[in-house]
Amino acid sequence: MAPSLCAQCKTNRALILRPKDHTKLCRACFLTTFETEIHHTITATSLFTRGERIAIGASGGKDSTVLASVLKTLNERYDYGLDLILLSIDEGIKGYRDDSLETVKRNAEQYGMDLCILGYDELYGWTMDQVVDQVGKKGNCTYCGVFRRQALDRGAARLGVKHVVTGHNADDVAETVLMNLLRGDLPRLSRTTSIVTSTPSLTAGPASNTNIKRSKPLKYAYEKEIVLYAHHKNLDYFSTECIYSPEAFRGSARALIKNLERVRPSAILDVVRSGEDMAKLVPGSDEGCGGVCSSSVPAGEEEEGGCGSANGRSAGGEMASMEQQLSQNETAAENGLEVEITPSTSSKIKKTAAPLPLTVGKSRKVPKAGHASRREPKKQVMGQCKKCGYLSSQEICKACVLLEGLNKNRPKNHIEVGYEQEKEIDGVAEAVKELDIGAG
Amino acid sequence: MSEAKNDGTIAITVEFSGGLEMLFSNERKLSLTIPGKDENGAKTNIAFLVRHLCNTVMKDPRKELFVLDDTVRPGILVLINDADWELEGEDKYEIEEGDNILFVSTLHGG
Repeated sequence: MAPSLCAQCKTNRALILRPKDHTKLCRACFLTTFETEIHHTITATSLFTRGERIAIGASGGKDSTVLASVLKTLNERYDYGLDLILLSIDEGIKGYRDDSLETVKRNAEQYGMDLCILGYDELYGWTMDQVVDQVGKKGNCTYCGVFRRQALDRGAARLGVKHVVTGHNADDVAETVLMNLLRGDLPRLSRTTSIVTSTPSLTAGPASNTNIKRSKPLKYAYEKEIVLYAHHKNLDYFSTECIYSPEAFRGSARALIKNLERVRPSAILDVVRSGEDMAKLVPGSDEGCGGVCSSSVPAGEEEEGGCGSANGRSAGGEMASMEQQLSQNETAAENGLEVEITPSTSSKIKKTAAPLPLTVGKSRKVPKAGHASRREPKKQVMGQCKKCGYLSSQEICKACVLLEGLNKNRPKNHIEVGYEQEKEIDGVAEAVKELDIGAG
Repeated sequence: MSEAKNDGTIAITVEFSGGLEMLFSNERKLSLTIPGKDENGAKTNIAFLVRHLCNTVMKDPRKELFVLDDTVRPGILVLINDADWELEGEDKYEIEEGDNILFVSTLHGG
């Protein structure tokens, strides 16, 4: 096949075939075009304000690495006047996160950005290795997901940053749209398709960690182009798979998206746009109120996903959390209970036979007062967690409920893993110490 | 460049990245000598190379993470001398001496 020339410069050999419109581009034109499109996303949505401090949720993976690189480039090229910082969350999984954190540290040097690494152990007193020792491998993703959701906000608060950007891409959003369709959860569409989600706070004090703005500048960028951008720009990124959830990236919605892309590459952006359009049609959706009046916490829940997706995002993380919810829904349905399992209904499922980590401890802990008023999933009344002050529709937020269960050493449904605990914890503690030294 | 050696084999470089190296004993770069002709005597193409990798190089039993329905799994990008294989005829591209074939997974996370 004769080599084709770049459609833009008409000089160099085309190396890239763009999935969205089949344009053939050379390396240089592709890099510029990719950057310019992100710039347009940013300006069209007025994503940033001059002088803003932005924390980039960085996992060392392809998406967050590309995001950091592109934002640095654009900040200089178009003089956004942004103060960019890298924020990494260390779940405390030996052999998984430590290598990718090394990548983030290199990125911090390469891009001349400050880096803050915040560990689960520091935030919650538990590493994921310790959690898994206690609750087992099934259901540990729930803990990881709930903890991570708050971790970025807490990290941002610590840095005095009000805006966190994450590396969610078009494939991620399309996947989420499909999963919401499959679950029949249209109200959630607007929250998952919106480029900005924020967590409003009742008491927006200066040190508040609950009014942090979240956005995804790569929302319209194909995963394929993100990988190609990283390749052609020789970016230093790390690919890994969570050791506790090795199956996650084989999620069915993800496979569906990739299959659709092969048949018709524009399908991914089409699904994203369809999701946005449907979201506008959903009565009572967040679209009507700027995305801040209903259940912003569940929104974060949805997009930050469970396992493997770290603060950047990664394959299957969202899928995993959704599949988890799906299976929980099925379990509930089998038991003739309500299909929508929110914390407010958890007291109803305490007799469920399947080990649902979310119900551990919680079924006992959630006070009965105000129960009836919390049964509507869509109109959650947001208050603050009485323990930690984090935004929550419950008196005690999910993280605190999970922690209480852990701290009481009472993993109701997972007793069988208890005996291995002690010897493992020693090793983990050492590993964590090593990480801490590097974390600075 | 395009001529096969006297013994009918061609030397190429195969690279794996984006997490795919995990399926190939954590090798990121392989120098391979492969037959210049496939089972039917036709010039060796990418489809043959993929079969060859599966049958003789890949130790990991999870073949389905690399190949699905007799072709490279959707979500894995193939770059032939840095060009998207879609620009080169996909798996029908006939491999030449010295080619660099890169398989990049987009499926793994960070």
